[in-house]
Amino acid sequence: MQTILEARGIVMIYEDGVVANRGVSLAVEQQTIHAVVGENGAGKSTLMKILFGMRQPQEGVILYKGRPVRIRSSHEAIRLGIGMVHQHLMLVPDLTVAENIVLGVEPVRGRMFLDMRTAQQITERVSREYGLDVPPDRKIKDLPIGVRQRVEILKALYRNAELLILDEPTAVLTPQEAEKLFVTLRELKKHGKTIIFISHKLNEVKQIADRVTVMRDARVITTKDAAGISEHDMAFLMVGREISFERVAPPPSTDQTLLGVRDLSYRDDDGVLALSGISFDVHAGEILGIAGVEGNGQTQLVRILAGLLPALGGAITIRGNLTEGLSPRRVREMEVAHIPEDRMEDGAAAEATLQENVIVDRYYKNPFSRGLRLLWPSIARHTSDLVQRFTIVAKSTRAPMTSLSGGNIQKVVVARELSSNPEVVIASQPTRGIDVGSEEMVHNLLTEARDKGKAILLVSADLDEVLKLSTRILVIYNGELVAHFPDASRVTASDLGPYMLGVQREEGVRG
Amino acid sequence: MDRFILKYFTLIRTVIAILIGIVVAVALIFLVSKDPGFSLRSFLLAPFLSRSRLSNIVEGASPIIFCGLAIAVAFQAKQFNVGAEGSLYLGAAVGTAFAVSTSLPAYLHVPLTLLVAAAVGLAWNVLPGILKAKWKASELVSSLMLNYVGYYVGLYLINFHFRDKKAGYLVSYQLPQSAWLQQFLPGTRLHAGIFLALLCAVLVYWYLYHSTSGYEVRMTGFNEKFARFGGINVVKVVVLCQLILGLLAGMGGMTEVMGIHRRFNWQTSPGYGWDGVVVAIIGRNHPLLIIAASLFLSYLRVGGQQLNLMSDVPYEMVIVIQSIIILLITAEAFLSQWRYHITVREAGKKGALS
Amino acid sequence: MNPLLKSIVSTDFGFAILRVLTPLLLPALGVAISGLSGASNIALEGIMLVAACVGVLVSAFAHSLWLALLAGIAAGVAIAALLGYFHLRLKADIVLAAIALNLFATGITIFLLFITTGDKGSSSSITSLVFPAVQIPLLRSIPILGPIFSGHNVLTYVSWLSVILYWLITFKTPLGLRIRAVGQNPDAAQSVGINVNRIRMYSLLLSGFFGALGGLYLCMGYLSWFSSGVTAGRGWIAVAAASLGNNMPLGTFLSSLLFGVVNALANYLAVLKVPSEFIQMIPYLATVIALAIYAGQAMRKRKASSEGPGPAGAGAAPDAVRAPGAEEPS
Repeated sequence: MQTILEARGIVMIYEDGVVANRGVSLAVEQQTIHAVVGENGAGKSTLMKILFGMRQPQEGVILYKGRPVRIRSSHEAIRLGIGMVHQHLMLVPDLTVAENIVLGVEPVRGRMFLDMRTAQQITERVSREYGLDVPPDRKIKDLPIGVRQRVEILKALYRNAELLILDEPTAVLTPQEAEKLFVTLRELKKHGKTIIFISHKLNEVKQIADRVTVMRDARVITTKDAAGISEHDMAFLMVGREISFERVAPPPSTDQTLLGVRDLSYRDDDGVLALSGISFDVHAGEILGIAGVEGNGQTQLVRILAGLLPALGGAITIRGNLTEGLSPRRVREMEVAHIPEDRMEDGAAAEATLQENVIVDRYYKNPFSRGLRLLWPSIARHTSDLVQRFTIVAKSTRAPMTSLSGGNIQKVVVARELSSNPEVVIASQPTRGIDVGSEEMVHNLLTEARDKGKAILLVSADLDEVLKLSTRILVIYNGELVAHFPDASRVTASDLGPYMLGVQREEGVRG
Repeated sequence: MDRFILKYFTLIRTVIAILIGIVVAVALIFLVSKDPGFSLRSFLLAPFLSRSRLSNIVEGASPIIFCGLAIAVAFQAKQFNVGAEGSLYLGAAVGTAFAVSTSLPAYLHVPLTLLVAAAVGLAWNVLPGILKAKWKASELVSSLMLNYVGYYVGLYLINFHFRDKKAGYLVSYQLPQSAWLQQFLPGTRLHAGIFLALLCAVLVYWYLYHSTSGYEVRMTGFNEKFARFGGINVVKVVVLCQLILGLLAGMGGMTEVMGIHRRFNWQTSPGYGWDGVVVAIIGRNHPLLIIAASLFLSYLRVGGQQLNLMSDVPYEMVIVIQSIIILLITAEAFLSQWRYHITVREAGKKGALS
Repeated sequence: MNPLLKSIVSTDFGFAILRVLTPLLLPALGVAISGLSGASNIALEGIMLVAACVGVLVSAFAHSLWLALLAGIAAGVAIAALLGYFHLRLKADIVLAAIALNLFATGITIFLLFITTGDKGSSSSITSLVFPAVQIPLLRSIPILGPIFSGHNVLTYVSWLSVILYWLITFKTPLGLRIRAVGQNPDAAQSVGINVNRIRMYSLLLSGFFGALGGLYLCMGYLSWFSSGVTAGRGWIAVAAASLGNNMPLGTFLSSLLFGVVNALANYLAVLKVPSEFIQMIPYLATVIALAIYAGQAMRKRKASSEGPGPAGAGAAPDAVRAPGAEEPS
């Protein structure tokens, strides 16, 4: 088997001084599926960016098909035959499938004008060749995410990619859709393609990969045949210590409803009914998990609960009090905390200091301010206290948030939210994109809160997380609740899958 | 040395930008002037060489400080409202109208006149503020348009209702002495308004960095979604910071009229509002830096006026220099290669690459 | 009121509208095309100023219309290129850089004027050339349409052609596809090897081109001299027009037309003995009102469909109407 790609001694330092790759070496053999696993900050995303020409390393050599190459841009990477399918799909929503596929290599008529008919034919041809069905003249924004990903893959294949890099491709797919993707990948392998597969989901890695490379702390720890390493071993190498995989048996929850939702509905900007008939209760001492593929209304649901969006209809009660028309601040004052799904968008202000980030929900209260005047000494003390309690790694409490790693930023967000002593916690994708160590900590914090009698609503696309933490599970699909599992300990991923995909549904579900 | 450079990098970059501006000025003078040496001296040195010109620098800085603070407060919330010019003009016009038509003892007349001007300036920014807060309409365009409208309204007011027909040209009646800001240093036009400007700078500093409302302003500027998420009433903040802008600008215009001219004589808009944008950028929206930047700008202005008066180089060269300086300052990546190399060197020293 | 009404419902008024439209339409197209790529050029005011000044000076000293045209375009494009360089390479905020360049333009034009003519207020001391007016052979004889549409300055006709050119570029060429892609999802464009900065630079250069034509028309067609502040905020009205038109060819044309009508009306109102200050403020007031109505509509549309203001940042109002300095999609 020929080695199609080899990286030797890659060193990459970012402008802010962060060392992302420390002498990384990797060899990928042709016609294999090679998985790269590691925590966030381990350096694998950076390595992929380098391979795809998006970043330049300070040191190191890359050999493609045995020849040393300099990949100075995505353009050059594509020319070499390297294609990338990003986690956040690189498609232009308002353009059609065909337009997206030929973007950058557009067929022209008369040297100046776009030839869309040829573009359509091209799309149909490539789609047929690899068995990936896509509608050429539909706009991307009107297509479901599974189809969009196919377009992404076709884009790379059209450009004669022989090596495909897939970055967390199953992050947005259901188990069934992921299966379909794996079938596609195996087909592509048969076509002679090589695949590098980045993932956090170790069970999938075991399923699909031939070889596995584990990275940690900007270095490669080991590269092995996938068959010869267990998920446990991988996790251990990724973190350098034992990780618990077992589900924590929850204590029985009470009947006291802290968060009640009745017949909630919401209409999007484009007039689409994003939520309808949503009803559930979250009791004190339980974690209610809402499982669902992203884009089925969870985002809107959470934002409505937090007071950031107004509902179309329905009622929300917190400890019996209606929250109709309340501002985010008033909702918070009802002792509701919210861990947002996008920490950099909602949860934190990147250039503000740690202190400033921590007090955003409490700066106007005692002891952080008196009247109009902020009391910085007590703010500083409070922040240091939180840093210690939550083992946040930061240069100083006056350092900007950008100086922290993703995991630590999330810890700051979680620290802030949980330290406000809420009765209700809404956690939305709370461990997305953070390292296993921080993830474990967040999970422990949530279960602790549950044990202290808080009501926790967990909305997550990470099935393992939902299964691990929840007392009860609801499934959301297309803005409706389609399943209710009152005892999460008996539920498996394949139980949830069909409901998440809309293949199965229960009527009139109330949680 | 490397550590020092990294820590104060932004400041160093600002200074280098200013130096480059000066270099360009020198080059232009050499290009254009028949006696570059003399011109250069008029521009760079003359402002320091006479008592009246030195005080001109300080006097001239006063309205700029007001406008710089005004713009900075809005810019800190990422609201690109440039309405300082219109607020300044209209505020001063209405304030003049008030001062001229009322008769009060000085201890009332001065603060009330200032209050009127500030209130008008504030009111003039209600529209841009609300349009942005409620409907997301560009405050840049609306405040700009209102600058023009404010100018015409103010001009109309003065020319049609408060024009001093006895004076030789188009100016308002003279302000009654009770509405004057006292000049305190004979031989100069230094007036109490300067202290007011400095006081406002201190107040704005305190407001932005030590008050809850200022915190809301800054967080909104850092990340509006985050601010809203955390419970800050962003709508209120967006409107408030623009109102504060108007208030400060209106006051700034009025102090200039009350302290220097003692009548409204601006047939064209004086441009302090745009100076405010310039010093807000140079001073990175920080009130104390804005004081320094305003003095610097005023120095350039005085130098430019000397240049214009005494030599063959037009005043507009100063505008060119200003624009080059702020262009360089807004260029975040300016000199970033240099900083990157130093960063890598530092990382290497710490043995991070082993 | 009667004489006013009579003069409005006349072919002269129609002609006046089209005449006034040109220096609004051209910069508006400039803002639009740059806005499509996600790098909204709001330095059109400065670009027009510089192009006008250079055009006037070159035409006066070189006695050549062609040279003036080329020089004016070069000057306008140069400013746009500077904006592109500072924003794209040196990472300056595009709003602040544009403000700086507008300031630069006001300074450098008077500076140039002074050192070439010795005059600071206007270029009246020299004779500059003017672009010719053109009668369209068949059209001119058609009643009503003839007097309205024929006899305009050649640059006016160029401005109408520019709208078509703009449409062609945007929807029928690869460059237009890439501009739209870059504007909507620059990461996507980059991932297929498109140089996002280069595309944005092209769109900025194009905006400089359109803006320069606007400036040249202003001082070598609409007027025949250059003076300080001659653009009188048209570059900013153009920004509003482009956003009202959603950066689309037809939309931008229509909204520019709206402002053109208002401007023309304002001139006619002088008849009513209204103080000139009130007349002069009409265009700017109209812009604010239009902006308010448009944004309010956009909001209300969202309200109707979801009974509440949309999440911050989402929604119909394109970038230039919302704070131009707001985060670009990236």
